[in-house]
Amino acid sequence: MTIIVQKTAQLIAGMIFIYGIYIIIHGHLTPGGGFAGGVVIAGSFILITLAFGSDFLRLVKEETGTTIIESIATIMVIFIATAGFLFGTHIFFNNFLPKGTVGQLVSAGVLPLYNIFVGAEVAASIFIIFLSLIIFKEESPK
Amino acid sequence: MITYLMCFALFLVGLYGAITMRNLVKIAISMSIMEFSTFLFFALLGYVEDGVAPIVNPDDPAKIYVDPLPQALVLTAIVIGLATTALMMAVIIRLYRKCGTFDIREIRNLRG
Amino acid sequence: MNPLIPLFVIIPLAAAFLIMIIGRFIRDFNKYFTSLVLLLLVCLTLWSLLKIDGGVSVYKVGGWEPDNYIPIGIYMVLDSFNIIILCIITIVGFLSAVYSISYIKRYTSENYFYSLYCLMIAGMNGVVLSGDLFNIFVFLEISVISAYALVAFGVEKNELEASFKYQVLGGIASFLILFGIGFIYWKTKTLNIADIRVAFTSGYDKKFYLFAQLLILSGFGLKAAIIPFHAWLPDAHSSAPSPISAMLSGVLIKAVGIYVIIRLFFNMFAITENIAVLITTLGTLSMVVGVFLAIGQWDIKRLLAYHSISQMGYVVMSAGAGMILIARGVKPEVASLAIAGGIFHLVNHAAFKGLLFLNAGAIEYRTGTRDLREMGGLAKSMPATSATSFVASMSISGIPPFNGFFSKLVIIIAAVMAKFYLLAALAVIVSIITLASFLKFQRYAFYDKPEYPKEPKPKEVPFPMVFSMVILSIVCLLLSLLIFPGIRETVLTPAIDILTDPLKYSNSILGI
Repeated sequence: MTIIVQKTAQLIAGMIFIYGIYIIIHGHLTPGGGFAGGVVIAGSFILITLAFGSDFLRLVKEETGTTIIESIATIMVIFIATAGFLFGTHIFFNNFLPKGTVGQLVSAGVLPLYNIFVGAEVAASIFIIFLSLIIFKEESPK
Repeated sequence: MITYLMCFALFLVGLYGAITMRNLVKIAISMSIMEFSTFLFFALLGYVEDGVAPIVNPDDPAKIYVDPLPQALVLTAIVIGLATTALMMAVIIRLYRKCGTFDIREIRNLRG
Repeated sequence: MNPLIPLFVIIPLAAAFLIMIIGRFIRDFNKYFTSLVLLLLVCLTLWSLLKIDGGVSVYKVGGWEPDNYIPIGIYMVLDSFNIIILCIITIVGFLSAVYSISYIKRYTSENYFYSLYCLMIAGMNGVVLSGDLFNIFVFLEISVISAYALVAFGVEKNELEASFKYQVLGGIASFLILFGIGFIYWKTKTLNIADIRVAFTSGYDKKFYLFAQLLILSGFGLKAAIIPFHAWLPDAHSSAPSPISAMLSGVLIKAVGIYVIIRLFFNMFAITENIAVLITTLGTLSMVVGVFLAIGQWDIKRLLAYHSISQMGYVVMSAGAGMILIARGVKPEVASLAIAGGIFHLVNHAAFKGLLFLNAGAIEYRTGTRDLREMGGLAKSMPATSATSFVASMSISGIPPFNGFFSKLVIIIAAVMAKFYLLAALAVIVSIITLASFLKFQRYAFYDKPEYPKEPKPKEVPFPMVFSMVILSIVCLLLSLLIFPGIRETVLTPAIDILTDPLKYSNSILGI
């Protein structure tokens, strides 16, 4: 892509990333949460890959790393659900951390942790979908 | 009442597209139209007269809120729809590589 | 509150994602880990079967207790009908996973295969265990999306076309189901199955009720492949890899199709006569049309797939006959007998149809072809495969002392006692034509010529495949013991009780 597109993408992608993190962390106060914030974060990564292009080997390495991040995030979600089983009473998905006052950022027990891990997983998933389709196009013979 | 009927009409438009279109990508887009009509129907279900958006403001709590349960259901269903569409697109791209065409009248190996 | 219930969903879900990470670094980790996880699930299921004792266990997710007797959480329910379906999911799943240790070597990227397989098992367990209407939809989508990807696993033209057809029809079914769930929520303002039943007993609007029932019947009927919704089944079940065909035809169409129809129509909707007549008609049509379409097939897996449609017709027909008798309010013990025959046939079909698909896979593994006209004389070179396929063919045709005979006998006796003579006659005729079709399969594949005509001569298949086929044939023989009075009281009679008693399900859940 031309240099104007590349410079604009560099400027905007950072701000989109910060906006996505804001949506995820304030998931228990304003609408949004894990899913919507994860999609916005994936958008910033896709913008950079589209503007700069990549050669084939670097894309394959990125795909390996992103798959591992996605699997680790899902296992952390299941781990937090099981931690409610072990530390509180014998219930899965129990909300066992202290809940603060309504409206503060650090409140509502274990919900912000769920939002963060689900957001990481959704962002990794959508980026994987995009990367797989590009890798399939790159590796098929012309 | 008329808005509910329009949601159902949109569902029928999507169904017509999925049945009669010949291009594979148009079939996938018609399936997306069908699922969006269901999301609109769900979001309409939770309307309460004189209700505000269901976000609690601790200084000034309102008396009547709109029903928040269908909104949570629609969020989950949107993510499921995304997964379905992504898988369909992947299969369409592979089919294009193997058969060289997007026309479903040419891809008819299995019969009988 | 029974804390074991969510384990059936969480264990395969965690296993699926662990396989994705660790399978990249350690070779051969994925196959043995999947088999171990499924063996753990089989032990959990059998232990729960002995402990369930006719009661209903409820688990409220997150610990949200009902507020003023209105349920506000997501409920997961384990009762005597669920545990039977869980048994067949885990047992057939474990044996297919052992079978695929040596079968999947032909494909690349085995990591994704085992991960998707565990996700499919987690989704099916979630559908069977949930007591909440939208939860059924979410887990249904998880299992069905994994099934779409697994059908297209070897990416040739036939498999991709079959997967695309399955996706379009399955997608239409899912959106019909979602629309039906929206309708029911609109009128009753709750999503809990027991609570909806209580709301329906206090009065409902007749036209809306019929429309919601038709939407739900069409959606789940498409997943269960009853006529006229069967168009995807022959392509999808014949193009998939053989362990996946055994899982799809043996377990998936039962766990996400027939189980949900029986559960919702007996325990959630109040039974009306016109819907009962419609369900019986659809079941009878499936039975007859399926077997007539199956006779002329020369491809082994396509023949077995059409027979799946016919045998599912038996289950739906007998459940419908029970519904007609309950709606008219006459002869409750004959209704219980009909439903018992249907559920027994469901369990039997999982065992012998899974075994038949595994046999077809073994034949294809050694000879490389699926066409009956090119085979012959395999009985001498593949003794284990031919013996187990003989057991399965005799089971599906209804020859004593195998299990198919007892379940078809119960269905026919119930139809005669309820004076539905046409249904009984059709059941007998279809059974005879099934016998003809499977005698053709046995003759052309195993016994026609003295030896296999082409070089190289096939040997027996490797040990994991032989192991799972032999165990499944022993299960086929043992399942015929379910009809005896001692075992029947622990397994089948509590299941029928939960379904036919009008308010036992709702009162047990809401009272807890």
